[in-house]
Amino acid sequence: MFDDFFVRAILAGVGLALTTGPLGCFIIWRRMAYFGDTIAHSALLGVALSLLLQFNLTLAVFLVAATVSILLLFLQKRQALSADALLGILSHATLAIGLVMVAFMSWVRIDLIAFLFGDILAVSKTDIVMIWGGGILVLAAIAWLWRPLLASTVNPELAEAEGLQPERARLFFMLLMAVVIAIAMKIVGIMLITSLLIIPAAAARRFASTPEVMAVFASLIGAVAVVGGLFGSLTYDTPSGPSIVVAALILFILSLLPRRGRGQALEGQRS
Amino acid sequence: MFSPANSEAKPLVSLSNVGVQRSGRWLVRGVDFSVSRGEIVTLIGPNGSGKSTTVKTAIGVLKPDEGTVERADGLKVGYVPQKLAIDWTLPLTVRRLMTLTGPLSEHDMTAALEAVGLSHMLGAEVQHLSGGEFQRALMARAIARKPDLLVLDEPVQGVDFSGEIAIYDLIQSIRNSTGCGILLISHDLHVVMAATDTVICLNGHVCCRGTPQAVTQSAEYVRLFGSRAAQALAVYSHHHDHTHLPDGRVLHSDGSVTDNCHPDDGHHHGHEGHDHAHHNHAGHSHDHHADDHSHDHKQPAGERHV
Repeated sequence: MFDDFFVRAILAGVGLALTTGPLGCFIIWRRMAYFGDTIAHSALLGVALSLLLQFNLTLAVFLVAATVSILLLFLQKRQALSADALLGILSHATLAIGLVMVAFMSWVRIDLIAFLFGDILAVSKTDIVMIWGGGILVLAAIAWLWRPLLASTVNPELAEAEGLQPERARLFFMLLMAVVIAIAMKIVGIMLITSLLIIPAAAARRFASTPEVMAVFASLIGAVAVVGGLFGSLTYDTPSGPSIVVAALILFILSLLPRRGRGQALEGQRS
Repeated sequence: MFSPANSEAKPLVSLSNVGVQRSGRWLVRGVDFSVSRGEIVTLIGPNGSGKSTTVKTAIGVLKPDEGTVERADGLKVGYVPQKLAIDWTLPLTVRRLMTLTGPLSEHDMTAALEAVGLSHMLGAEVQHLSGGEFQRALMARAIARKPDLLVLDEPVQGVDFSGEIAIYDLIQSIRNSTGCGILLISHDLHVVMAATDTVICLNGHVCCRGTPQAVTQSAEYVRLFGSRAAQALAVYSHHHDHTHLPDGRVLHSDGSVTDNCHPDDGHHHGHEGHDHAHHNHAGHSHDHHADDHSHDHKQPAGERHV
């Protein structure tokens, strides 16, 4: 059954969506959407370096993404420029350097579009093993870091004062982001990775009463978006990566619709 | 019940000659004090005088650039930060907030929420709480962990007058029942919690320290605050540079500079604040005990009180 490219695509996509759910929740709670984008864009520099140095692609992307995250952490501490200006510089600088390097390497022919927008229909069995293996590792690490991460999301000083280690949790979180971006690049592509992190988590907010429930719902909504997007792409012959994002967006819009009962009571309270 | 005199053991936290620097400027310098079991220490001082910096250094959130901070081994801190905004995207009920930094037994959780009068709010989302309720929820969270040292950064900020009295009563009863040490930052320059053992006035350095005078000893204050409030509040008068008049104004003596306050250290910027702090209280008391002078100050209090 794994021989069918469509089954492979669904397996890869669902594996990725389950991983990005909880991570995406933290990106939303900590207002790090632009940070996620920056790390994702730096992946193209990783692609270029891997081609230049004939190095493993996923590992190269992970190393570049991790370096950029740590560089950001360091630059933010120096407080020379505002965080969003720094993100803007690094985000587009790494993307541009990657594109320029690829253009210089006239001896390699690469499908840039596949890197920018993903090619989920081309995933191999090895890719699936990497997605699920990496995904399980990432989820285990998130579960282990959950308390310090959540407490420092509410207030880093509170977490620090009460004996948790918010700095360490934050560093690990950034490394996990780099791992996810390295394994997600093939599926949805550099430009769309952040959407798979953010949109399912945002859609899960309305249905969640605790952070833990929201994380689980984000994973499930992401998985539904992957399956829906892939079937849509098959039916209407549309590109797979963007179709998955559109499916996630539709689920998000559905989550905004007023619900009967509690939802309406809530609206009433606000007015 | 507990007083610093009968706690001979090592202090929970002690700072000696602590200074914290930020980009070349000293936020605070030469700070010395300690908090022992059962002791209530209140920090006061004008805005930007380094109160929060000092507290954060005491509990290890900030590292001192000079001097030393010693904390008792395995010190368990309960911290109520000054400002806390929880993003709407984070679904957090009061119940979940309680176990934010560590697991908690059901009994401890309900006991702490009952102490602050929020036991009926267990299932409420924190974003739906009022400012005062949220503040009390944060206090419940901090006391439920049974800390050795409870640290409160302006716990009565944004809470109305009767709420302020209730919170001070609560802090005192926590100290009496658990014997923990309490380090408190007061938003008010002169009116502090009556149960305070030591008041430390900061202004980039320790300006002065002492014990507050019980309000109940002064008939004027009892009239001004009301008898219940007078038991919870106390006045810390800066005996070295000014005196309080019964109508809430502050009388400054000429040459008010003392030997441990330098003329150019910005200490005297605080005086305007002193004045307004009293307007605030005159305004507060207006709600409860209308009298002549609180009418006089109603307008400035309304403008200032945010």
